[in-house]
Amino acid sequence: MMALFIRDMKLAVRAGGGALIGVLFFTTVVAVVPFGVGPDLNLLSRIGPAIVWIGALLASLLGLDRLFQAERDDGSLDLMLMQETPLVLTVLVKCLAHWTATGLPLVLASPLLGLFMNMNEVAIGAVMLTLLVGSPAITFIGAAGAAVAVTLPRGGLLVSILILPLTVPVLIFGVSASYAAVEDPAPFLPPFAFLAAITLFFAVIGPLGAALALRGSSD
Amino acid sequence: MSEPIPAIKKFSDLANPTIFLGLTARIVPFLAVATALMFAFGLYLAFTTEGDYQQGETVRIMYVHVPAAWLSMMCYSIMAASALGTLVWRHPLADVSAKAAAPLGAGFTFLALVTGSLWGKPMWGTWWEWDARLTSVFVLFLMYLGLMALTRALDDPAKSARVAAVLILIGFVNIPIIKFSVEWWNTLHQPASVMRMDGSAIDGEFLRPLLVMAGAFTLLFFTLHFLAIRNEIWRRRVSAQRRLAARMANRES
Amino acid sequence: MTHAFYVALSYAASGIVVAVLVGWTLLDGRAQQRALKELEAAGIRRRSAARDQAEKKA
Repeated sequence: MMALFIRDMKLAVRAGGGALIGVLFFTTVVAVVPFGVGPDLNLLSRIGPAIVWIGALLASLLGLDRLFQAERDDGSLDLMLMQETPLVLTVLVKCLAHWTATGLPLVLASPLLGLFMNMNEVAIGAVMLTLLVGSPAITFIGAAGAAVAVTLPRGGLLVSILILPLTVPVLIFGVSASYAAVEDPAPFLPPFAFLAAITLFFAVIGPLGAALALRGSSD
Repeated sequence: MSEPIPAIKKFSDLANPTIFLGLTARIVPFLAVATALMFAFGLYLAFTTEGDYQQGETVRIMYVHVPAAWLSMMCYSIMAASALGTLVWRHPLADVSAKAAAPLGAGFTFLALVTGSLWGKPMWGTWWEWDARLTSVFVLFLMYLGLMALTRALDDPAKSARVAAVLILIGFVNIPIIKFSVEWWNTLHQPASVMRMDGSAIDGEFLRPLLVMAGAFTLLFFTLHFLAIRNEIWRRRVSAQRRLAARMANRES
Repeated sequence: MTHAFYVALSYAASGIVVAVLVGWTLLDGRAQQRALKELEAAGIRRRSAARDQAEKKA
């Protein structure tokens, strides 16, 4: 399993900088927002956490359709299906590797974008923390979508359409936790705990669904 | 359809498309007539009962809005049950049923959104309120459209059945989470008033037409669902025979 | 704009949506049936159809 993790990491880093493109997309989306709403710093700092979260959400959807595509192309997907280790576990490890390669850079890049949006230190920290906890959920639920996309010749866009409604809870709790850290009366812990619970829940059903879909599409 | 229909002996006989087609031909006329009668009765009740002293005439919108919203939920539950049938029992008709239900569900969800918006304008003074119920129904609508796009993008039914079923089920376990999170996000809508443990909070005057209309809409859904399943079976036969024809033409030449 | 206007509008919307669903289902069914008939006229039958007829004769 460790070997698979390292192999996937190496592939992700080597394959044309997939992680870098995700971060670049993230930066571009967030940087475009001020051109739309105007350079008012007060407004930007108010909507900042939401914009950073939406940007991260879109950026992490970007690379998802490639999660199983390369394996299918070179045939190693069939090897994974025939392995003795449960397919769910394999998928889970692949998700973790994918998140480390593309999700973690987004988390690390978010403070810089927080500065662009004129957010204060507490807000930046809160956004970073919620992204760290929440973004794996997007990868896990996206894995199921990616497994579906494997059967489609051009499934990338369809996966985003199918997955985005399912990520609404992640977005809601992530953003409300970030706001709760800045605004005093709202408590920070309840939404944050819900966010963590959703991530754990998706860590179970995402790989499970992906494994089922992969089995269904292979025979 | 005058040919004799094979008798149904056990539940698994439903899996045979020919038997199902026979059953459909026998049941659908009754269902259609029952639907029409129920609608006539429901509409009669809806327009003869008194208006609410608070909401006035607009309470009549409830008689189409609530049944449509109820159907949007029921349809997804049927799709989830069908998806389970595909995955667990590999029931060949379950996949057809899920595929046929998606457009119907999208239609009723759309209806619920439109009538909700038309109800909201005179009541709240705005067409669209980002409140918990409207928003989660809107998310449900998006999910229906996504599933429709998926089932139509997958061309090989044998392969796509299980894939689509997985996504339907993932969506199904997510609906409560989405509902809960959206309620957390914004609680503006009035609390549920029909389904309460201490009996209904709605006056019987409104409840009767509401229940009749809900029954009418449910019958309509089942009629259409049967017909849509039949269409889908025919569609698959047509494509199978087209392939057969192409193969025969190939052999002759 | 009276309330009756909104009531009428929402019932009209319901009528349209229901009519579209019913119409689409019926038209689709008719189209599929016509396609089946055409194929049958062209001499292509389901494998099980031949067997059905054999059973009927017996």
